[in-house]
Amino acid sequence: MDEELRQILQIFLEESSENLDVLEQGLLRLEQGPAAGEELNVIFRAAHSIKGGAATFGLDPVAEFTHVMETLLDQLRSGRRQADAAVVRVLLQAVDALRALLAGAVEDDATAALASAAPVREALEAVLAVVPGTDAAPAGPAGPAGPQATVGDEAAPAGEDAGGWRLQFLPHPDIWQQGNDPARILRALGGLGELHLRADLTQVPSLEALDPAQCHLGWQGVLRGEVSQAQIEELFDWVTEQCELRLEALDATALRSALAELDSSATGEAMAPAAATGNAADGAADPVGPAHETATPPAPRAAAAAPASVAGRSSNFMRVSTEKIDALLNLVGELVITQSMLQTFGGALEEDGKSGMRDGLLQLERHTRELQERVMQIRMLPISFTFNRLPRLVHDLSAKLDRQVELRFSGEHTELDKTVLEQLADPLVHLVRNALDHGIEAPAVREAKGKAPTGLLHLSAFHEAGNVIIRISDDGNGLDGERILAKARERGLIEPQETPDETQLHQLIFHPGFSTAEQVSDVSGRGVGMDVVSRNIVSLGGRIEVQSSPGVGTSFTIRLPLTLAILDGQLIRVGSQIYVVPLLAILETIQLRDAQLRAPVQNGEVCRVRDEYVPVVRLARLLDCREAQPEPAQMLMIVESDGQRIGLAVNDLLSQQQVVIKSLQHNYRHVPGIAGATILGDGRVALILDVQALSSLRCQPTRPLAPAALA
Amino acid sequence: MSLSERAPAPDTAPGLTAVTGEGDQYLTFVLGKEEYGVPILAVQSIQGYREVTPIPNTPAHVLGVINLRGAVVPVLDLRRQFELPAQFGPTTVIIIVRPDEACERVVGLVVDAVSDVYRLRREGIQPPPEFGGQIDAACLQGLVPVDGKMIVLLELNALIGQQASAASVAASLLHPQDSHLPG
Repeated sequence: MDEELRQILQIFLEESSENLDVLEQGLLRLEQGPAAGEELNVIFRAAHSIKGGAATFGLDPVAEFTHVMETLLDQLRSGRRQADAAVVRVLLQAVDALRALLAGAVEDDATAALASAAPVREALEAVLAVVPGTDAAPAGPAGPAGPQATVGDEAAPAGEDAGGWRLQFLPHPDIWQQGNDPARILRALGGLGELHLRADLTQVPSLEALDPAQCHLGWQGVLRGEVSQAQIEELFDWVTEQCELRLEALDATALRSALAELDSSATGEAMAPAAATGNAADGAADPVGPAHETATPPAPRAAAAAPASVAGRSSNFMRVSTEKIDALLNLVGELVITQSMLQTFGGALEEDGKSGMRDGLLQLERHTRELQERVMQIRMLPISFTFNRLPRLVHDLSAKLDRQVELRFSGEHTELDKTVLEQLADPLVHLVRNALDHGIEAPAVREAKGKAPTGLLHLSAFHEAGNVIIRISDDGNGLDGERILAKARERGLIEPQETPDETQLHQLIFHPGFSTAEQVSDVSGRGVGMDVVSRNIVSLGGRIEVQSSPGVGTSFTIRLPLTLAILDGQLIRVGSQIYVVPLLAILETIQLRDAQLRAPVQNGEVCRVRDEYVPVVRLARLLDCREAQPEPAQMLMIVESDGQRIGLAVNDLLSQQQVVIKSLQHNYRHVPGIAGATILGDGRVALILDVQALSSLRCQPTRPLAPAALA
Repeated sequence: MSLSERAPAPDTAPGLTAVTGEGDQYLTFVLGKEEYGVPILAVQSIQGYREVTPIPNTPAHVLGVINLRGAVVPVLDLRRQFELPAQFGPTTVIIIVRPDEACERVVGLVVDAVSDVYRLRREGIQPPPEFGGQIDAACLQGLVPVDGKMIVLLELNALIGQQASAASVAASLLHPQDSHLPG
């Protein structure tokens, strides 16, 4: 295979892997509830693309295998067969087998994959052998139904009884000159019911002949829902003179076949924008329509969020390697530094009355900042990217462990830096595994306790004060404090006479090699999980906490920085050095007066702030500042550190600015109390304080360099 | 750093006398009365000494960090690491080295002055003797006699890894007052 073909093959494999994800997620949703027609179409299209691509590249085993799968999916789509649990299970196995086959194709060694795919293919054929319409129970090698299985006859697509309209809309080329925009009409049409639309590109001339002021597009579509002809015609009222509009009323059966027809013509033409609902109408109008805001966040992988975006994405997204984006981000970072340097010099010019210069600098600042934000956004992906892996895991594990689990997501559109997301995947998988294995009890046990037999596993993500919070909570058994204590004593982690409080006790589960599971299973219990979870989170600059109450449930809270690249900072002076404090951590800053200070114990000053005594941390001392003549601190900066308010005594407050975070670890190592470094306008390096860690540093002032930090 | 034969390196330090001959090239520098050498392929650049941002709570020989074209690079004071009295003069420079080709880690070394570039044959390098704990012997690659003087070749990876070694940390904890930061 020559190099060029190999590259194209690589793209096909990447796309296939995405298509497999779409397939898998779609199948899991099928299992949860009655299938909407569009859902099945998305699944079918994913399989179809894989088959087509595989045939093109001569990957015959893949193509043949997918063909069998596709036959079954086609029966589901056309309503000839119901998607019951057994069928979905076989299809899920087929997804795995297909994944292995494709992986085998990369290594030019498909023997093992073929061998494992054979029984799955037989299972698929066995399902196909059962004539649809007869009782579908014995389909495939029968096994226990999955925990969330829906009974077959419930799977009738929702809204199936509703009729609809087939419509053809061919605007005249001069429609825009009259001030009408077909995209707007189509969008309004989508508001009436479920709109499936396909652009007719046959009238589009070649590029040389193309007049961008003319409309060369037409649309064919199917509108599902109880909509009257008058309602539709009202939307086209303004353009009746400038278009051809054909409407045809459809009953339920005719609607289904019209939909299938529309879809098959869509999948048949690779160049045509894929048909889709609602917002895909925007997509279809995009190539000619005036620029308009992107309605959905740029989320190429947000497949589970909305099936419509799956279908519409091919026309709206392009693949860019992460390296290119990172190079861009680095350059923008440099630009920000240069800009703040210019601003420093520009400040000196101001007296000369060179207002043109000042305006230019102000504009530069605005544009730089905007550019920076935009580039940052490129790297942001919704957390559903990571969440989407979990339904399959929960599906498989709950069957294996005999649990009934409802997996619920909220805030899956919360966006996070791609690097953070990728490194978050493993910890999340660990936590979900743990929740199923240790947390949620078997149905019988739950019922005996008076709980619902189905346990709830809730993953939520949201923003809070410049952080992203991800919470994984279950309503299971909770942490067993006594057993943790016994285990910790047994391992010598705590002294026999010591009685740690609840928080300390819970924190022990993050200790390496700590597990209270009585039996080591292949799911969890080896005690290698939680310390890895904790370490991964800390390496991302985040923290993990656990709250648990016995018998009621456990909840893990992961706190992560929004991005690893930029920070709104307050510059402070400590001695002769400048440090950066994250602006979001600062609650308030007050003048420090000796009269407010009390020292109940040595090295333990507190300051009275209104009616509260706040512990004072002298940064000059904590940061090991060795000045010949220490000058007294002037300001007290109240920050929240590790859940408590502390006051940082500093010499001076300087400006506030956005700083680009540079890693200290890259060339050196992690330093306790320091989150990173940045480069100031004058080219000097300033360290960024890790406010969260400061309060724990404060607790050990006599040995600021914790031995653990040397590793 | 392996001592295998290499293609001749470009002259990365203009103005220094290049000695022709066979063998690997070494950049030498002066520290107190001794001359030390590092493989020239590991040297990225030589920077004039400038203000360093100290990092709190680190061993004394870690002077701090500097901005090297947008990257934050730690700077080690070799005088302090070799337990010589601190001294900064007009010829004091920071040699930027990248000890491991496989790793992007870059570190600056503060030395009294750069000296010369030599080609040294592998056979001429003698193993380092024991120094009685003064300097960790692992930091030394060997000794070479050149033109009647001795050049001490440094093992960069060990030298830089030493920044976090227990001994130096213990030293900084025992004598925190000894470690006045410059600048």
